[in-house]
Amino acid sequence: MAWKIFMGVLLTLVIVLGIGLPMSPHPQTWYELPVIPGLEEKARIIFFHVPTAWLSTLAFLTSMAYAIQYLRKRDPLDDIKSSAAAGLGFVFCVLATLTGAVWAKFNWGSYWNWDPRETSIFVLLLIYGAYFSLRSAVEQEEKRAALSSVYSIIAAVTAPFFIFIMPRIMTGLHPGAKGDPNGAGPVVEFKMAPPMRVIFFASLIGFTLLFIWMFRLRVRTAQLEQAHHAKG
Amino acid sequence: MTNALTLSGKGLGKSFNGRAVFHDVSFSVAEHQTLLITGHNGSGKSTLMKIICQVLTPSAGHVQVGRADSAGDGGRDLFGFVSPYLQMFEEFSAMENLAVAMGIRGRQWNKREAAALLERVGLDPDRDEPVRTYSSGMKQRVKYAFALLHHPPVLLLDEPAANLDAEGVSAVRSIMAAQRKAGILVVATNDPGDVDTPDVMVDLDARR
Amino acid sequence: MPGDSTRMSSYARSVMSVFLKDWRSELRTRYAMNALLMFVVTTIAIVLFSLGSEGAPSDALSGMLWTVIFFSAMSGLSRTFVMEEERGTTFTLQLLAPPSAVFFGKLLFNLVLVLGLNAVTILLYLALITGFVIQTLSIFLVAVLLGSLGFAAAATVIAAIIARANTRGTLYPVLSFPVLLPLLLTVINATRLASEGAYFQEAYGEFQILISYIVVVVVVSSMLFEYIWKD
Repeated sequence: MAWKIFMGVLLTLVIVLGIGLPMSPHPQTWYELPVIPGLEEKARIIFFHVPTAWLSTLAFLTSMAYAIQYLRKRDPLDDIKSSAAAGLGFVFCVLATLTGAVWAKFNWGSYWNWDPRETSIFVLLLIYGAYFSLRSAVEQEEKRAALSSVYSIIAAVTAPFFIFIMPRIMTGLHPGAKGDPNGAGPVVEFKMAPPMRVIFFASLIGFTLLFIWMFRLRVRTAQLEQAHHAKG
Repeated sequence: MTNALTLSGKGLGKSFNGRAVFHDVSFSVAEHQTLLITGHNGSGKSTLMKIICQVLTPSAGHVQVGRADSAGDGGRDLFGFVSPYLQMFEEFSAMENLAVAMGIRGRQWNKREAAALLERVGLDPDRDEPVRTYSSGMKQRVKYAFALLHHPPVLLLDEPAANLDAEGVSAVRSIMAAQRKAGILVVATNDPGDVDTPDVMVDLDARR
Repeated sequence: MPGDSTRMSSYARSVMSVFLKDWRSELRTRYAMNALLMFVVTTIAIVLFSLGSEGAPSDALSGMLWTVIFFSAMSGLSRTFVMEEERGTTFTLQLLAPPSAVFFGKLLFNLVLVLGLNAVTILLYLALITGFVIQTLSIFLVAVLLGSLGFAAAATVIAAIIARANTRGTLYPVLSFPVLLPLLLTVINATRLASEGAYFQEAYGEFQILISYIVVVVVVSSMLFEYIWKD
């Protein structure tokens, strides 16, 4: 219970401070955020966009881990967990895509530019879409669990190839991409000022806790639904 | 005899969509014995047969089969299987089906032996038409040849008399008698008259 | 006691027999071949109509070539598993061979289909599309061969999955696309390099990606196939 209150407070602070704190080119006090040239006020999206992108990946890996577990033990609960994680991952993936597209409109001039990161999240959306199409196409529960587990593992082992392919095909626009004066790398590294850094990591922790909470809720409802079906 | 063939199941159960078809089925048969599986339609006879020949994984329990000196050797070649839902490769002739089957088993192909077996089940080995054109009774005969060609120690017959005329049924009786001499016979049927003297019986109606 | 070598050759015989069964069956029905061929002809015709007499940049033409191949392949490569499921012979095969032997036999069959499909498509494409020329043949040949192998591997395992689903209709391309996209992007890039006359060494990166893709997909699929194949 305590951790849920902690999460609520944390996310409230992130929202209020992330949006509310003033920005200035030469921060004088602790509560002023520095201006990043080229991003300015648009930099605030980092507190919300990056955590959703992080969660869509975390959820994908969680789903795959439970898929492997299901194939080893054949426990229906592992399949429930795998699909619950995938369902949340899909929601966060859509949120990351939307927040990213809105930001791209104002920063790059159009909603979609086929930047490597945009392409990667598009593929992740496709994988989630395919995963749920497959689940809805199989009626028998054990078969559905086994087939969708296998698919999520196959998708998970082929997706990392994009890390090597993207830089060969296109140059990135995204902050943190190759050629970004602020530094390149698979993980976006900003020279963030301390107050920004605190809010950013508070947001990551808060969103991860939110994910755990939603995940447990979904697993419980799915279990109840299944028990209801077995009875009726 | 230390090298005797045995077939046993312990605590077998299977469920689909979270519902148990049967649970806690156990049996044990030795060489030269017959296992009879009975139960009404939908009681899981075919499911149990598929579990015994290790095509289907049980939700609970396990099957053990083999010679005493080669414990755990549960290879596919130990089993021959005949059932109404077993399908032949219909675009091939009877002889081609047997050749395909032996090839996929990874075993040597002996055409003369196959021809003799086809004659034994009452089919013309030189008939070139694809199995698709056969009557259901003839298809059932092809399945017997398909199941017997690799001399399986365990022969599983699901509804052995399905689609067969009187002459076919008597051929099946002689196949069953021969199998009891050679190994283990497992029969699943609605009609206990199919089997004269079963040694072990499993009634699935009592295991729901 | 059978030695390892006889067990090995027995396994190889299983794989070959699964392949030959499908091959002979295909020769009699021509189902997959006809579907593939019709798709190739139709899609190339559409590309021709839309291009008219004007050419297109080499990266667009490389992309279109593999788009034609992808959608044509999606029309025929699931046949090998769907056919077993529709005729009820999945159980027959389960009785006869270990799952991995079935997988590799079917993979071999699809590989032959993909190689044939690619050969026909590429020849037609080269003959009909003006402006599409291959300057570095070595890059192109290696990319097509590796690409076909990777394509067949991924297409085979996804075909096995969709064959066991209740509704198969559009599921095959939907499930295949995200899995095949890394491969497609890489062969498209290699094709572009080949048509622009790059040196062979410049495509090493593409070849490395293709080879690792093949290894990963074949190993993971053969390990997971048992869970797809057995109920």
